[in-house]
Amino acid sequence: MCKDCGCGLPGEEPGGVSGHSHQHSHEHAHSHEHAHEHSHNHTHDHEHPHGPGEHHGHEHSHSHTHPHSHPHRDQQKPDEELRRTVQVRQSILSKNDRLAERNRGFFRARGLLVLNVLSSPGSGKTTFLRETVKALGEKLKTGLVVGDLATDNDAQRLRASGAPVVQITTGTMCHLEADMVARAVKGLPLDGLGLLIIENVGNLVCPASYDLGEDLRIVLFSVTEGEDKPLKYPPMFQAADVVILSKIDLAQACDFSREQALESIRRAAPKAKLFETSAKTGQGMAAWRDYLIEQQQRKRAADPLAL
Amino acid sequence: MHELSIMDSALNMALEQAEKSGATKVNVIRLRIGTLSGVVPEALQFAFETLAPGTLADGAALDIESVPARFWCGTCRLEFQSDDFFAECPQCHSPSGDLRAGREMELASMEIE
Repeated sequence: MCKDCGCGLPGEEPGGVSGHSHQHSHEHAHSHEHAHEHSHNHTHDHEHPHGPGEHHGHEHSHSHTHPHSHPHRDQQKPDEELRRTVQVRQSILSKNDRLAERNRGFFRARGLLVLNVLSSPGSGKTTFLRETVKALGEKLKTGLVVGDLATDNDAQRLRASGAPVVQITTGTMCHLEADMVARAVKGLPLDGLGLLIIENVGNLVCPASYDLGEDLRIVLFSVTEGEDKPLKYPPMFQAADVVILSKIDLAQACDFSREQALESIRRAAPKAKLFETSAKTGQGMAAWRDYLIEQQQRKRAADPLAL
Repeated sequence: MHELSIMDSALNMALEQAEKSGATKVNVIRLRIGTLSGVVPEALQFAFETLAPGTLADGAALDIESVPARFWCGTCRLEFQSDDFFAECPQCHSPSGDLRAGREMELASMEIE
């Protein structure tokens, strides 16, 4: 569109006949005054097509004069002039995300399948993982990193399975972060391992935001916690690749409704794969074991250069 | 607790930027927080008031912009907005786990002098 007359035609074309002309004269009143003066003189002469076979042109002539002056910085520095906006637009967790990607590359190069296992305290993570390691046995050698605020009790329990275990005690931190995992992994003999399980701090809120470089997020909840647990902690369940419903041997004693639980899981984590297990009786553990073996083989096959 | 560590990261990022820009004071810190990020703005505010004293951001305003959640239904090829964690597609009513926006935790900008 011609920006001077708004006639809807392309403007600023060189040469041609003059059909209509504008004359503008602007005066600007500024609230501050400049110690120098500007003066502009423009003349435009151009034409543009105006419908089939019809042409007209413009002649523009502008004349501006802006007298203004303002005090310069070296004379005075009012606060308003020093204030400025800095655009950042960076994820608050970008540092953790970068470190997580570094972990991911490291794990990939070693052909390690990595699980981030999350649940509330007392859902049976440690027992479930101990039985997982036993079930995998020599088929898929496993190392574990265990996060807790204090004690290395869980590490000791897991060592009973014969797998190498490193305990991270977070002190007051309610979740694991990527750099903690990177440091902990240095303490594990990784040669010959195909699976790394990271048992996060028991907490269904905070760890949801922190990527550790894992392949799969495993969210576990037990029948003793109630059918609606996934609805109470949606961000955690929404981020789950796999949901484990644990302690199913206790379902009857807890009046646990499987139907309701499955409906909760379907609503909160519609894409997650579900396993119903009992570490105590071994129910459901074989399917879970086979799933892990298949996932690890798939990961290794995807990267033939892996160690 | 979670918000405290998130705010700590955000504040450190902001202070780093401020120092790079040669600021002597931070007046405003602007965050963009998704409604489904799992982070509570009030708790961030509280954490900020605890963390800011003694830094360049002492006395600064914390301005939190809320980013509405948007979901995608692959079946209907429809993007829709909802602040419900269990959003269902308005057309086919199936649950959508495909969150396209709403998890943001971002340091957007800041005003410094």
